Amino acid sequence: MDHILSLIIFFPLVAGIFGFLVNKDSIRVYGITVAALEFFLTLALWVSFDGNIAGFQFVEHVTVISHFGMSYHLGVDGISLFLVILSTFMTMVALIGLSIKKDAKNLIISVLYLEMTMVGVFLSLDVILFYLFWEFSLVPMLYIIGAWGSDKRIYAAIKFFLYTFAGSVLMLVGILYMGYLYHATTGVWSFSIPDWQLLVLPFNTQLWLFGAFFLAFAIKVPMFPFHTWLPYAHGQAPTIGSVILAAVLLKMGTYGMVRFLLPLFPDATIYFLMPIAIVAIIMVIYAAMVAYAQEDMKQVIAYSSISHMGIIILGTFAINAEGITGSIFLMISHGIVSGGLFMLVGCIYDRRHTKNMSEFGGLAISMPTFATIYGIMLMASVGLPLTIGFVGEFLSLIGFYKVSWIMTLIAGTGIILGAIYMLTLYKRSFFGEITNEKNRGLKDLNGRELVALVPLVALVVILGIYPKPILTPIDASVKKMIVLMEKKAVTQKAKDFIIKVNTIKGGE
Amino acid sequence: MLEPINIDLAALNITSLLPMAITIFGALSIICIDLMTKNLSKSLYTVLTILFILLSLGAVLGYHGDSRGFFDVVLVDGIALMTQIIILVTSALFVPLALGGRRFQEFAMAEFYALFLFMIAGFQFMVSSDNLILIFIGLETASLSLYTMIAMHNRAKAHEAAIKYFTMGALAAGFFVMSSLIFYALTGSIEIHQIAEVLQTKNFEPLVAVLAGTVFMLGALGFKLSMVPFHTWTPDVYEGSSSALAGYMSVVPKIAGFVVAMRLFEMLIGSGVVWLENILYICVVLTMTFGNIVALVQEDVKRMLAFSSIAHAGFVMSAVLIGTTEANSGLFLYWVLFMFANLGAFTMLWVTRHRKNLWDERYQHPFSKFSGMIKIMPVNAVIMGVFMFALAGMPPFSVFWGKLYLMSAAVNNGFIVLAIIMALNSAMAVYYYMKLIVYMFLKEPVSNDESIYTSNTSTTLKVIIGIAVLVTSISVVMVEPLLKMITNYVTLSGF
Repeated sequence: MDHILSLIIFFPLVAGIFGFLVNKDSIRVYGITVAALEFFLTLALWVSFDGNIAGFQFVEHVTVISHFGMSYHLGVDGISLFLVILSTFMTMVALIGLSIKKDAKNLIISVLYLEMTMVGVFLSLDVILFYLFWEFSLVPMLYIIGAWGSDKRIYAAIKFFLYTFAGSVLMLVGILYMGYLYHATTGVWSFSIPDWQLLVLPFNTQLWLFGAFFLAFAIKVPMFPFHTWLPYAHGQAPTIGSVILAAVLLKMGTYGMVRFLLPLFPDATIYFLMPIAIVAIIMVIYAAMVAYAQEDMKQVIAYSSISHMGIIILGTFAINAEGITGSIFLMISHGIVSGGLFMLVGCIYDRRHTKNMSEFGGLAISMPTFATIYGIMLMASVGLPLTIGFVGEFLSLIGFYKVSWIMTLIAGTGIILGAIYMLTLYKRSFFGEITNEKNRGLKDLNGRELVALVPLVALVVILGIYPKPILTPIDASVKKMIVLMEKKAVTQKAKDFIIKVNTIKGGE
Repeated sequence: MLEPINIDLAALNITSLLPMAITIFGALSIICIDLMTKNLSKSLYTVLTILFILLSLGAVLGYHGDSRGFFDVVLVDGIALMTQIIILVTSALFVPLALGGRRFQEFAMAEFYALFLFMIAGFQFMVSSDNLILIFIGLETASLSLYTMIAMHNRAKAHEAAIKYFTMGALAAGFFVMSSLIFYALTGSIEIHQIAEVLQTKNFEPLVAVLAGTVFMLGALGFKLSMVPFHTWTPDVYEGSSSALAGYMSVVPKIAGFVVAMRLFEMLIGSGVVWLENILYICVVLTMTFGNIVALVQEDVKRMLAFSSIAHAGFVMSAVLIGTTEANSGLFLYWVLFMFANLGAFTMLWVTRHRKNLWDERYQHPFSKFSGMIKIMPVNAVIMGVFMFALAGMPPFSVFWGKLYLMSAAVNNGFIVLAIIMALNSAMAVYYYMKLIVYMFLKEPVSNDESIYTSNTSTTLKVIIGIAVLVTSISVVMVEPLLKMITNYVTLSGF
């Protein structure tokens, strides 16, 4: 399995190109088959992945532009492994649940290209390569939102594109400056992340570079106050677009933070830790409150995504093994849960052509299976113990507890608010008598939808009860990264901080 | 009594003139053929022109002589060779565009091809000399041919464009002459390297005169490179001339202008006289920002491309400002990659050329014309989309690599603010390129009649577009060898 990572990246691309030859009546089956094969490839990667090795595995390295130090450099570690599996899994599930008939061929080929860019982002170890996939992921998404969305789709698509593009061009300047610094220090051109991680930077330089990278990631996540594109994108996107956007694309931002900000600029990370944590807490609470005020079911879930991303950021910036491992686990669980919720909203939208909660009521009577699955997903989203949502949220918050207990307490209220808006949504839509006659006699979930949703429910429960197989490899890589951060930090303050948050105080 | 001058024939280094001689000979022979037999097909002239261009290219590639020739008037250094290669390759890709599906008056006339070859020879002279007079002659030969070629399109707008370009060009020529005059008065020489030496020994005194000379030269080259504030002719001229020629104009005359700017300004910037650097800095920033902002509000694709080409020129001019080998290599890399994407985009417009303005009274190619193209002609829409993304600097398409290299040159030489301005401009540029993509991919088609989009298609045009789209999409593997070659040539000539 020498080139399995290249295979995983380029299989969807090649399949997408061949997809043009497939007749449009059969394209759905083709798309699902390709996505399933891709998913099995990533499963094979997991099987042959050695969870005890903390460093990068299956590394591939070919020099592409030697003048410039750009290379084709791939590798996978515990941090990226499950995000890759998440990407392929959610793509497959989203394609199974796809109900769009109009121009389905263009849509499915775009989704396959999108899949390539997603796994490309997570597997690249060369920063220019990373940037390439990062930028290119916007194109298929632009097309998916803009062509198959609802009324204001073009506005939403352009807003999404421009926001994220504008953020990342400054990151490009940061990347180039970092490359220059590496060259100035070592005399060699390199854009490889493992090389960069060994470079110790002066404190002031770190601050500027941190800013350039952080802006791009913050817009992608999206952090308050750059979040305004997300509700639009979700509101207008077709179901498959929302599923992939919420499940995977947002995770690119938080992945970037873990992969770049923390190990490359440890001192700047600690310096900016408090302001970022405050913004993250604002995100958690503000987005939860906005979610409560929404009428549109999809908007509720969109704002709840922002709220949960806040907890992920909080966990990441706890700078200890629990927090970061928890935040990565939360990325995966939030991917599964929010993806599932968006698919469920898609199911009801297909039947009623509205997402407005006031139009529903008493759905549990007409659609019992739907109501059950919705309920389980909702509980996972709220973070009920023994569901997948609990593990990540708990670990992230426990991690941040060591940084500041009071801030953790405030962020914890976000979970309560989450329960409030989610349960209100559930009450208004599913419980009570059927008030709107249109809701009577709605068909329950059909076979296709069940095939797509049942694996998600199964994962929610299984990983909620036994998360260890995922946590162990993540933990190994995270610990290695924290040791590196501690070694690299140039200021004593940062060193002390890292040691402080990573030791358990006993009976002090 | 004058002393007799003895000239050794070998010292003349005649081969340095061979590439230009071939193109001029080609032009003359096309005129002769036309004199002898009438009513020959345009395909004959096209192919003959390509053959002469290829011969000239062979002469350039095979050149192994001294870099100086003809009493030091000709200077065939690495940059001259490389620019000639770029000019000839672009020209060879342009000529076949004459073989479109529809008949156009200018392509039926043999004079067009003769003028075209004369123009190439003019540009070749312009880039392979550091003698201000020869540069001027080359510039004027090329420009006069170009004005005529624009007018030969024979529409009201084309005449307007030609006259506009001509008057502006005449003014620019005046500026050029004034500048040369001042430099001659200051130094007693018209060769750039000697001017540099003399100015150096005189320590750039009197400063006012040097300033005047530089400003006139900046004006003259600014017109040719369509730098703000000398850009006003660009959109109208592009709109008036045929799309094919407009695409050509946005690439070849500019690279020739860049080379002259490089030879002259880098010498002056190297002097350490700060104001020139400042003027150029302001010019570069203004040009890219203004071009991008105005492009945002255009309603016609061709005018949008015209303003965007102004912005690209500003972007590339920053290389002259930075002035290191890396930056100069970046200039050529950018321009080669830009050439393919830009030529492709203009050729796509050329393909959709229709006899009447079906969509808009005022414009040939309004954005609404391309509405919903993905539904009618998916392949064409995807290809046009690739060119737009490439021009916008989306990775992994061609122009991105040029941008990357130029920005890294800026960062590496301490121009971080400039790099940030460049990055912000790229973000701005995405919007208007995306506008076309939004029209093509996201809107509903206005008409389902495929033929109105393909009225000028022919196999030849398809091949050219195929080459352009191939190079644009796989440029990632081309960057390495290209950069090696470019850096080699640039270092050879000491820039």
